[in-house]
Amino acid sequence: MSSDNIDIRYVAKLARIELTDDEVERFGRQLGDLLEHAKTLHELDTAAVSATAQVVESRNVARADAVGRCLEHETVMQMAPQRQGAFFRVPRIISEDS
Amino acid sequence: MSETMELSAAEIARRVNAGDISAREVTDAALAQIDAVDGRLGAYLTRLHDLARVSAGRVDARIKAGEHLPLAGVPVAVKDNMCLAGTRTTCGSKMLEGWVAPYTATAVARLLDAGAIPVGKANMDEFAMGSSCENSALGKTRNPYDLGRVPGGSSGGSAAAVAAYEAAIGMGSDTGGSIREPAAFCNLVGFKPTYGRVSRYGLIAFASSLDQIGPLARSVEDAALAYDVMAGKDPMDSTSVDRPVEPAATALRSDLRGVRVGIVKEFGTQRLGPEIDSLYRRAYLDLERLGATLVDVELPTAEYGLATYYLIAPAECSSNLARFDGVRYGLRVDGEDVGQMYERTRAEGFGPEVKRRILIGTYALSSGYYDAYYVKAQKARTKFGADFKRAFERCDLIASPAASSPAFAFHAKSDPYSMYMMDYYTIPMSLAGLPALSVPCGYVLPEGSSRPMPMGLQLAAPLFGEVQLLAAANAYECATQHARQQRPEGAL
Amino acid sequence: MQYEAVIGIECHVELKTKSKMFCACPNRFGGEPNAQVCPVCLALPGALPVANEEAILQVIRAGLAFGAEIPAFSKFDRKNYFYPDMPKDYQISQYDMPLAQGGIVRYWLEDGTTKECRLTRIHLEEDTGKSTHAGSGDGRIAHSRYSLLDFNRAGVPLMECVSEPDIRSAEEAVGFLEALKRTFVQLGVSDVKMEEGSLRCDANVSIRPVGSKDFGTKAEIKNMNSFRSVYRAIESEIARQIAVVAPGGRVMQETRGWDELAGTTHSMRSKEEAHDYRYFPDPDLVPIEVDRTVVARLRSLMADLPIARFERYRESYGLGVAQATQLVDTPQLAEYFDSCVGAGGGGQQAANFVLGDLSRLANETQTPVWESSVAPQDLAELIGLVESKTINSKIAKDLLLRMWNGGGSPKALVEHEGLAQTSDPGAVERFVDEVVAAHPKVVADYKAGKTNVMGFLVGQVMKQSRGKANPALAGELLAQKLG
Ligand SMILES: [Zn+2]
Repeated sequence: MSSDNIDIRYVAKLARIELTDDEVERFGRQLGDLLEHAKTLHELDTAAVSATAQVVESRNVARADAVGRCLEHETVMQMAPQRQGAFFRVPRIISEDS
Repeated sequence: MSETMELSAAEIARRVNAGDISAREVTDAALAQIDAVDGRLGAYLTRLHDLARVSAGRVDARIKAGEHLPLAGVPVAVKDNMCLAGTRTTCGSKMLEGWVAPYTATAVARLLDAGAIPVGKANMDEFAMGSSCENSALGKTRNPYDLGRVPGGSSGGSAAAVAAYEAAIGMGSDTGGSIREPAAFCNLVGFKPTYGRVSRYGLIAFASSLDQIGPLARSVEDAALAYDVMAGKDPMDSTSVDRPVEPAATALRSDLRGVRVGIVKEFGTQRLGPEIDSLYRRAYLDLERLGATLVDVELPTAEYGLATYYLIAPAECSSNLARFDGVRYGLRVDGEDVGQMYERTRAEGFGPEVKRRILIGTYALSSGYYDAYYVKAQKARTKFGADFKRAFERCDLIASPAASSPAFAFHAKSDPYSMYMMDYYTIPMSLAGLPALSVPCGYVLPEGSSRPMPMGLQLAAPLFGEVQLLAAANAYECATQHARQQRPEGAL
Repeated sequence: MQYEAVIGIECHVELKTKSKMFCACPNRFGGEPNAQVCPVCLALPGALPVANEEAILQVIRAGLAFGAEIPAFSKFDRKNYFYPDMPKDYQISQYDMPLAQGGIVRYWLEDGTTKECRLTRIHLEEDTGKSTHAGSGDGRIAHSRYSLLDFNRAGVPLMECVSEPDIRSAEEAVGFLEALKRTFVQLGVSDVKMEEGSLRCDANVSIRPVGSKDFGTKAEIKNMNSFRSVYRAIESEIARQIAVVAPGGRVMQETRGWDELAGTTHSMRSKEEAHDYRYFPDPDLVPIEVDRTVVARLRSLMADLPIARFERYRESYGLGVAQATQLVDTPQLAEYFDSCVGAGGGGQQAANFVLGDLSRLANETQTPVWESSVAPQDLAELIGLVESKTINSKIAKDLLLRMWNGGGSPKALVEHEGLAQTSDPGAVERFVDEVVAAHPKVVADYKAGKTNVMGFLVGQVMKQSRGKANPALAGELLAQKLG
């Protein structure tokens, strides 16, 4: 486990949260502390241990392929922060093309 | 306050089913109590007067038609991270401040179908992240036993509402202790069933592999009654367990003969101070007096609970909360392009604790750190399961404190880590998915205060051991009657 | 220097289930925008996914069709990244434990040669919604001011097939894709319509000197909307890379978009934000354990797959590449053909009828051959009548039309209507005499050396005999009479 400082701006970019300079400083410090504590986990010998993703070991929970009810279109669109006709509208998506 | 509101949920249901009182009368009493005290307490974010009356009318009609409903007319506080169609469901966040759920969570639907009356949506720490309710972006909830103190969290609103007789049952959700800790702080029984027992469908996710819905109540019997109704397989939740639910409310016991209770060596209470230490020692002796055999057990991984939990839960939450992006519902803060819109919306919509956990979780999952943090924590989680398995070879139940202190004053835990420490005793059970509850076990006088504050005894059972757990808690509760020794002055 | 291309294909295939992958909304193309959505596929707070069992089985069947290994254990993972048409801002996919691993796609080219391409894996995931980039005036995303979102497609089950870099040309790439397409169509797991977006593919293209074992730097080509554009895009990209490398330049590792109008690929600006998908097991879903008996049963149900059929048609019946391909491309037609051959109809003759007269009738009447009143056994009988020279091909065509319109056994029709070919020399001779008498001028022409009028005279004999005369015998007798 690395002991380097967490690159909080990079992480915030991944998480899509804009941070103020003050938050960068504060969260950076707090997360650093928390990770220091998390490193105590490395005292644990887990060599022969598998990872637990779920505590109750269910398998093969699936549904039959049958059609059920959808939400009413208007109910859906009333939630929209911005709509245009039957569509949700968002500001331009620039990351795809040049 | 109307005497009706002091009745237990079991008694309300009995009387409504018998026709001695109508659901409408109970509901009016509950709404009157809410109107009388909630201005001071702030347990609810949304009061549901209209819906409650309509629901009561329907319950009365069903009773008249000859139906028997296990929760007939029982006023319920629904934590605001559970969807209830047509009502505002905020999760205590600015992100969802105006969002009206178009569907109902399965657990809520089961309660309502059993005759319960939704009287309000209860305050909570934002996205269930916190142990004091102070992280709610939408309101401040006070502890009915001392208005200067927190009600606990994250299910603090539900706890305060039930403690202050604003509801007979509270629905809570518990990820690392969010039912048990506020129950302890508010002199209630708070019960987290085995992971997967109660459907999570419609529960706004914090950490999917840990979240579990459960009841808060003023007695074990009431908690068992609510649990019996909400538990069971739901086809809408893949992780809900397909396993018969044995009724708990009818299996309650009055003694603990033949029950081996494990006391965790690593959970020594001396470090909590002499007053708290002696309170728990007395509680363990009370268990013994009821016929239980006390045995020492070890949970060698226990001290790694916080480190494990504060990697797994944030990792899952960082992904679960990605959907709050300003595109389809909830808050949007506009931007030049979609990316800027996302970043501004999420900066504005989430409070500091939520941001902290999203950031730590994003980091723990990111390339280069995944194995060191996330996978390591999952392996530690396996060790928790193994620890408990070994411990339960020697005992039937485990007893421990539910929280390391009584309810604290507002702003007393300003740094995140000291707040995280509140969940020290509850987190190991959460990591292992065990059923666990908190039951009132007496009072301590916090430093500089003249008001005795309640404490909770945590009991935990092996996976799916709900019936034995509730049965034992009932025996302890009936024999000790701690909850009755103090009144919540804030409710009166 | 001579270069060869090294190509790997990744393609996404929308499965043909009734409902979506993790919710019960209909899996249907089109419709009013945002009207086929529910809390789950719209990622409303609190909603949870439940996997569609049929979609899982379809991917397993797709894997088995190519001989892939179906691991005993599989799971769903979350692939985390933000994109407006992806409601949860993560995609439920499969990272390290896909439903199918390995396998080989055998396919053929237009000249009939067969090729192989190894598969890396096939996994199951969910589709995104659709964004329309608007307000630009020129339709280019880069100039758009806003985007409109429709989530009807969000959550449709999507199967991703990833190939090894075993493909060496644009033609092979198309052959490979056609093989996937006809296999998936035959299995009934997808419609595979590129124009509706139910098949989308990307190609990783690099070049290297012929004989080299190393791999060059690859470019990932996107935005190819038809098999034809796959072909053109790869050709164009290979040419571009050779033009870069030949004078000593270096190919950049990048994503390139195919521009259908310009006929070239162009660099797509690499996304500013980092790509870190933070895969982890989806805690909302439980792992899949694939029962070995289920795999065995599904394997036993694998019908005659396209490549096997193609080879059988070529080798056993000597069909041409075009005819064999045509049959294989429509599985019901191939089954019809197989039934006919099974009932004794000779292979080539059956192919001619099925792809010729029957397909034409099918077109004219908008009725598929396999749903028509001509049973494959009846067709076999008809072919038998032709082969035994009981009827001639002209009568056969007429009979086929009657069978199409009313059904029934051709033998019975022949007997009932006395249509059997007449090979009795006496009877045919009478028709010949009549024709010779009726056309003195033509007979004179013939005798003057214009032997090409013979066809006309035979035709007249056939007409006179209402098609029943054996045309070969008629020709012989005419030649005798006029000789
Ligand atoms: Zn849906």
